Amino acid sequence: MTAPDTVTAPERIVVVGASLAGLRAAEALRDEGFTGELTLIGDEPYAPYDRPPLSKAVLSGWLTSDHTELPRLRDIDARWLLGTRADGLDSRTRTVTLADGRQVGYDRLLIATGTRSRPWPTERGGALHGVHLLRSRDDADRLRAALAAGPQRVLVIGAGFTGGEVASVCRDLGIEVTVTQRSGAPLSSALGGVIGGAAARWYRDAGVDLRLGTTVHALEGDADGRLRHAVLSDGTVVTAEVAVVAAGAMANTEWLAGSGLAADARGVACDASCRALTDDGTPLADVFVAGDIARWPHPLYPGQLLRLDHWDNAVAQARTAAHNMTHPPREHRDHRPLPAFWSNQFGMNLKCLGLPALADQVVVTQGALDQRQFVAAYGQRGRLVAVVAVDAPRVLDGYAALIEAQAPFPPVLNATDGPDRLEPLDADFPGTAPAAVPRTVDPSPGHLPAPSTPPAPPVQSTPPIESSPSTVSAPSVPSVPSVLAGHE
Amino acid sequence: MTPTIQQQHFPTELFAHALRYENRADPYPAYEQLLQQPVVQMADGSWLATGHREISLLLRDPRISADRLNPQQQPIRKSLLMEDPPRHDQLRQAVTQQFIPRIMGMRDHIDTLVTELLDAHTSEQPGQLDVVADLAYPLPVTVICELLGVPREDERLFGSLARRLTRGLDPVDTQTEEEIHELQQARTELVEYLEGLIARHNADGGSDLLAGLMNDQSPDGPMDAIDLRVTLGLLLIAGHETTVNLIANGTLALLRHPDLLARLRTDPDLATPLVEEVLRYDPPVQMSGRSTLADIDIAGTTIPKGSRIRLLLAAGNRDPRRFTDPDQFLPDRADNAHLGFGGGIHYCIGATLARAEAQIALTALAGRLVSPRLAADPPPYRENAILRGPERLPVAFERLLPIRRVGDLRGPVPTLQERCP
Repeated sequence: MTAPDTVTAPERIVVVGASLAGLRAAEALRDEGFTGELTLIGDEPYAPYDRPPLSKAVLSGWLTSDHTELPRLRDIDARWLLGTRADGLDSRTRTVTLADGRQVGYDRLLIATGTRSRPWPTERGGALHGVHLLRSRDDADRLRAALAAGPQRVLVIGAGFTGGEVASVCRDLGIEVTVTQRSGAPLSSALGGVIGGAAARWYRDAGVDLRLGTTVHALEGDADGRLRHAVLSDGTVVTAEVAVVAAGAMANTEWLAGSGLAADARGVACDASCRALTDDGTPLADVFVAGDIARWPHPLYPGQLLRLDHWDNAVAQARTAAHNMTHPPREHRDHRPLPAFWSNQFGMNLKCLGLPALADQVVVTQGALDQRQFVAAYGQRGRLVAVVAVDAPRVLDGYAALIEAQAPFPPVLNATDGPDRLEPLDADFPGTAPAAVPRTVDPSPGHLPAPSTPPAPPVQSTPPIESSPSTVSAPSVPSVPSVLAGHE
Repeated sequence: MTPTIQQQHFPTELFAHALRYENRADPYPAYEQLLQQPVVQMADGSWLATGHREISLLLRDPRISADRLNPQQQPIRKSLLMEDPPRHDQLRQAVTQQFIPRIMGMRDHIDTLVTELLDAHTSEQPGQLDVVADLAYPLPVTVICELLGVPREDERLFGSLARRLTRGLDPVDTQTEEEIHELQQARTELVEYLEGLIARHNADGGSDLLAGLMNDQSPDGPMDAIDLRVTLGLLLIAGHETTVNLIANGTLALLRHPDLLARLRTDPDLATPLVEEVLRYDPPVQMSGRSTLADIDIAGTTIPKGSRIRLLLAAGNRDPRRFTDPDQFLPDRADNAHLGFGGGIHYCIGATLARAEAQIALTALAGRLVSPRLAADPPPYRENAILRGPERLPVAFERLLPIRRVGDLRGPVPTLQERCP
């Protein structure tokens, strides 16, 4: 390859990763007028499918996984290389190498390989029959079959969003379920202990055996290699034929080893316009990043690189990347969405805007914690940073502008269904985890904030970030709690 | 009628101008001027929002109340349309639980009703149809009556009541003394009618929505008698006086765009984006109202706590900051996030039903009318400024085809060449 270093109109665009971000980026590239050769590379044999239904409608049997295929917004006229994993990147020669040895050249590359579930260690029973992860269609099919077989009890490791959704489906199916959670409340790493405390009540009202402050020591099986029970950190033993490991995710970056990109298990660092950064912090003109794998500087949350494995973010970032891939740098857009994610569990809809994990305080602004329908606002140093709505999805959008404007916290709303007086509480996020605990991210498809933690890689070559008119001083913002969503 | 203070206050004057009956057929040039200031204070202290972004934000703002703070308003029990959480949520929940399951799978029935209504006018000869009286009005009225469990023959009574009552939604200063008096009269008559209906229903029972509300088994239990009456009145009137304008405005747009009419004939899938574009371009509900529970910073100004706000949805729908070529009728536009059904917690409960009725009615008109043209353009409009639409919509045609079902129009239409090789 002797492609010039100057930015020219691309003739060949390769998208590695054929999931939500990859597909939407491909569509956006065509919308942006790209008429050249477009190649999509995906390691799974399936056409792009939607992940949020996997832990809900598919597990409960409402949908089969082959009905989760993503709708096509337009014809993309692409070459599809599915069932083929990308294995290497040479950014100098602009070549992606596939696991089967084929090489694919590009003028522009989009990295959208996403994340995968963190597996349970083999030496602690991870290889036993009956131990499941939940990330892909195949995972969902296997777990669905296991639940349909009518197990006596399911063990869910981790009470994040995925764990909660799995436990909820199990109860709907009439299956006994035990959930272990390292911290003192479900969802606490994402939403803090106050909201987590309310969530604990939903779990228990639904009949879940919830073990807080508890981890799993080991999963143990019988002579046939089938899961029989789990030994918990408190010494108790839970008998279960099925275990679902919902203990975080890791970025699919192994194929980028040696590429010179700033990539590790936390993701691939990029600048605000989605251009991949090299090890020394220089943005590459022809390599872009989008979706669950991208870590980038968000102007609303300065001083760190964010990684969001949110459905909405994958779509929005794909569009931004596609625009920037087909335009010269002076026409580039920054990717600055308001983080948004949702979950359905125990008959309730949770919707969240912003990053609660940044907060030091939380206050209920509408409804009440014990009403199963409420809105809570999160504040960081007197500024509104996030809001979560439980069973009040239409209400939440109204807070978006307030968060973007970093309105004062507690916010003055006088909502007619609000408390007489706002009483902010300590948001109660779990403290810093022991260093031995890997910083992980809940693997839930389609939701959950996963801002990665500093230290940020050098970004001295990135263009200046447009700063928001906030009184929050950029450099002094503390890191996001490092246990964010780390369960096991 | 026009005090000097209004002349000093340009937006107030312009707003009054937009609502004047002589501008009913086309208030949009006045809206366009109002759009230059997305949020503005009026001479009477209230506020007017015209920008798409600003209206969207206000509709969803937690610091907003649906209570219009109308000084003229009597201390009566409000419908969920004017209620705030938590009462709004309880009432809405009760209604949607009854409403949504009953409208699912209703398209075939709507199709049948449309077919019957048009069958009555089937003609091999040139003729004329009043799309309002012959289709756009009887269709939603029949549907809402069946749905609620209201005898169709009562329409003669409450139909005119609904008409008189919806005038009450318009700004008070556009109504005459006589109309305001008539409104009071109509309210009293409607209350009497609904109470009688509910009393009779109590005895009958049945499987309709009214019976469902009366026998609500949810934890909160059934509504009390007054809520039941107010809710029933709301559904009856909302089911009456909005979809009729959607269908009529859609017909008007189609007949003014013969290319789209021709397309809809062969491509029934066009009906979906077409109706969305009608909801943007010429929405049946032009305006909504709110009040503020706290100071709201918006569009470079602060609306103080306790202010009334008028949300001019129809202006937001033509906001050039949000839509390219906003005054063009373009069903193919991407991202048509119109304000036709409002937004936020008060988003129209009947949106799905209204869409289905309009999609099916417009498809049937396009498929069955041969060479239709407007007999009057613009048609005569109703008095109403808020629920705006034609009073009559006479359409002349060469033939009205006897196609029994809209579904028959689907499938490949043979081209001329295929028929005459």
